[in-house]
Amino acid sequence: MSEGDAQGRLVRPFALTGGRTRPSRADFTLITTVTAVDPPPERAPRGQPEHARILRLCARPVAVAELAALLDLPVSVVVILLSDLLEAGRITARAPHPVSRTVADLDLLKKVREGLGRL
Amino acid sequence: MAGSETAAGAAPDVVKILVAGGFGVGKTTLVGSVSEIAPLRTEEPLTLAGLDVDDLAGIEEKRSTTVALDFGRITVGDDLVLYLFGTPGQQRFWFMWNDLAIGALGAVVLLDVRRPQSSFAAIDFFERRGIPFVVAANGFHGEHPYPPEEIREALALPDEVRVLLCDARERTSSRDVLIALVDQLIAAAAE
Repeated sequence: MSEGDAQGRLVRPFALTGGRTRPSRADFTLITTVTAVDPPPERAPRGQPEHARILRLCARPVAVAELAALLDLPVSVVVILLSDLLEAGRITARAPHPVSRTVADLDLLKKVREGLGRL
Repeated sequence: MAGSETAAGAAPDVVKILVAGGFGVGKTTLVGSVSEIAPLRTEEPLTLAGLDVDDLAGIEEKRSTTVALDFGRITVGDDLVLYLFGTPGQQRFWFMWNDLAIGALGAVVLLDVRRPQSSFAAIDFFERRGIPFVVAANGFHGEHPYPPEEIREALALPDEVRVLLCDARERTSSRDVLIALVDQLIAAAAE
């Protein structure tokens, strides 16, 4: 019953998000780094178990794509859960390094080059 | 900034490079050979809204309704992390490539010289969007029947696009492909 399996997998993650399929914020890319706010803000609302799992996983900074892989959930679902946490002040998000196609960031490129050279 | 601030200050700066090419050309192998973590996979339910009608051909036969993304990570400095994303090979996932390409430093197009046409879509995509890329021929069993110049000519690649031979199973070889891309970016920036 592969059809049933596929349906189950698709239905369940979005049940976690209360049926929402769009994040309330566009702050999260695959490589946005999220970090749990420690200590948590006072009167932080109790979230779902998945919210708690995310907070545990991002006690140290972690990228959205890694979170999704660790949680075994689609990125789109994780982003919605992260939006909840960001709005509740439970996490901070750091955007990836901005990349311009017109003005190259030579310092950044040299840093990457040096890092790769050490591998 | 001590104590009271959140730990976000410790979050590293993050950049990414895409690894593209046809199905089975060795994208995940390359990612895995240089990544400091075993390649991770995340799956995204396929939303048909992003697809052209023509692109639906074949999808209804697929058992899976998700697009898988394999990726790895390299810490290239104290506060700088590079992610490598293997992009779904098939052209019908272009809507996903668009999202992936945003904020990418550049791309590696892996080529299987026995069936180079499977990587044409990736080359077209990056050329049209002005995303810098290198072409790396991944030798089957490490064999390379064609020198880089012949590959460049066959693909009609401009001079600034570096073409190299690699063995995606080898860490140093995969690393050298990434270095070639970054060197190409640095050379373009210095012009």
